[in-house]
Amino acid sequence: MEVKTERFVLNMGPQHPSTHGVFRMRVTLDGEVVMDLEPKFGYLHRGIEKLAETRTYTQIISLTDRLSYLSSMTNNHAYVLAVEKLAGITVPERGEYMRVIMDEMMRISNHLAAIGFFLNDLGASVFTPLLYMYREREKLLDLFEMVCGQRLLYNYMRIGGLSHDFPSEFLPALKRFVAEMPAYLEEYEDLLAENEILLARTKGVGILPRELAINASISGPVLRSTGVKWDIRKADPYSVYDRFEFDIPTGETGDNYDRYWVRMQEMRQSLRILNQAIEQMPKSDQMNAAVPHFLHPPKGEAYGHVESPQGELGFYLVSDNSIAPYRLHIRAPTLINLTALREMVIGWKVADIVTTFGSIDVCLGEIDR
Amino acid sequence: MKLKLEHYGKGLAKGLGVTFRHVLRHRITTQYPEERLSVSKRFRGYRMVWDEERCTGCATCAKSCPQGNIEIVTSTKRDENRYVVEKFEVDTGRCIFCGLCVEACPYDALFYSREYECSTYRRSDLVLSRDQQKRTEGKELSAYFHPEIEENLPAQTLLLDKAGRRSQSLWD
Repeated sequence: MEVKTERFVLNMGPQHPSTHGVFRMRVTLDGEVVMDLEPKFGYLHRGIEKLAETRTYTQIISLTDRLSYLSSMTNNHAYVLAVEKLAGITVPERGEYMRVIMDEMMRISNHLAAIGFFLNDLGASVFTPLLYMYREREKLLDLFEMVCGQRLLYNYMRIGGLSHDFPSEFLPALKRFVAEMPAYLEEYEDLLAENEILLARTKGVGILPRELAINASISGPVLRSTGVKWDIRKADPYSVYDRFEFDIPTGETGDNYDRYWVRMQEMRQSLRILNQAIEQMPKSDQMNAAVPHFLHPPKGEAYGHVESPQGELGFYLVSDNSIAPYRLHIRAPTLINLTALREMVIGWKVADIVTTFGSIDVCLGEIDR
Repeated sequence: MKLKLEHYGKGLAKGLGVTFRHVLRHRITTQYPEERLSVSKRFRGYRMVWDEERCTGCATCAKSCPQGNIEIVTSTKRDENRYVVEKFEVDTGRCIFCGLCVEACPYDALFYSREYECSTYRRSDLVLSRDQQKRTEGKELSAYFHPEIEENLPAQTLLLDKAGRRSQSLWD
């Protein structure tokens, strides 16, 4: 039987549980089928790039925490890398290893949250995994708290090093976590990998074509799910990433399931890196380079980028030899990943917008800045 | 969308198995107001603790604050050749707990506390005056940038200890 449908415009958000924050989508629907989608952001705009122009280089680190607040540590890292490039500072080896350990812990903790929320977006039937993943995430947050005293906004990295050394009980606890984690990952796979509901809702849904992904300069797990082997850690190694053995997991079709799968595999690779980093870490005490309190980098510009859990996170800095940057620009991975959302959901139903949006792993703090 | 039971529902059964195993596990919920976990030694807590004896009124903390929350007013004491801090006010309502002030203090006069219940009825109550922040007996100090007091603090409760896969028995 033919059902007579009518085109109409639906506003999803800004206050909607599935938009992961304050984000609005203007969706044109024909019945329940998506004909067009227009992302509207800016509801969380705090002007961080402008605020940075009135703060010293050290003070800006606390602002970068507030971008993607589920991966604060990598935000810190990208920013301090840019400043170190600008001022020509080399970090002692131990400091670099500590940064890598923090980055990889952050990647696991972010992916756990990302997968958990993505599954939560699928509906109440798979709410359980979110709780399981939160249990492991809490363990990591405990470790972060042990090192720097905060659970969300760490403000831990400093120009030329880090603010603290690890406490003596940290590395044994981390080793225990790394040893325990693979069993938990297996448990998630038992719970999810063959789950028919998950497969039906994600396989073949929200496909991102490879050409489009490259042309739209998409990065991170969203790009890798389409089969492109691109990872800043391998393509332009920073810190000591060139000393570790790890693989870049890639998907095939670029659908929602592949994005979920790539994140699962990336956690395993992160555990591999953590194992190697703990073993190779030098015993010396020095982890900070000597940096003056008020840094005056020479005139010029620098771009520092890292592979954050969501993709390539870059900080572009222009210095005019004063204590504050002349201009700071942030290349936010999720903002650019979001540009392909329209192409991913056209032709699918409203419920698939929610899952596709969840599979990109957005953090609105970073998109609106 | 059509649900295809590709493995004759084996996937769903396998997932349910995991759920049932969890039913038999030790619970990790803490009954909060009665039961309390110990926060980390370096915890950056709600209140600033300010040591009047050590403070020279140099205002390095105020200069390092990204938010401009710390207000210091000093007067001179000629006969003793030093500054007297008349006003030391921190607006914890706007504080982002970045820790730069404690880090910057050259005389070890500023501490974080390990308190974490910070709700008040009025916003104005969040502005802490000089006397509210004074270091007195019984105030719990945090070891953030004060490694010398780290040893005396209670150990942090780790979820890793509470919910370890192998360390726990089934009916514990």
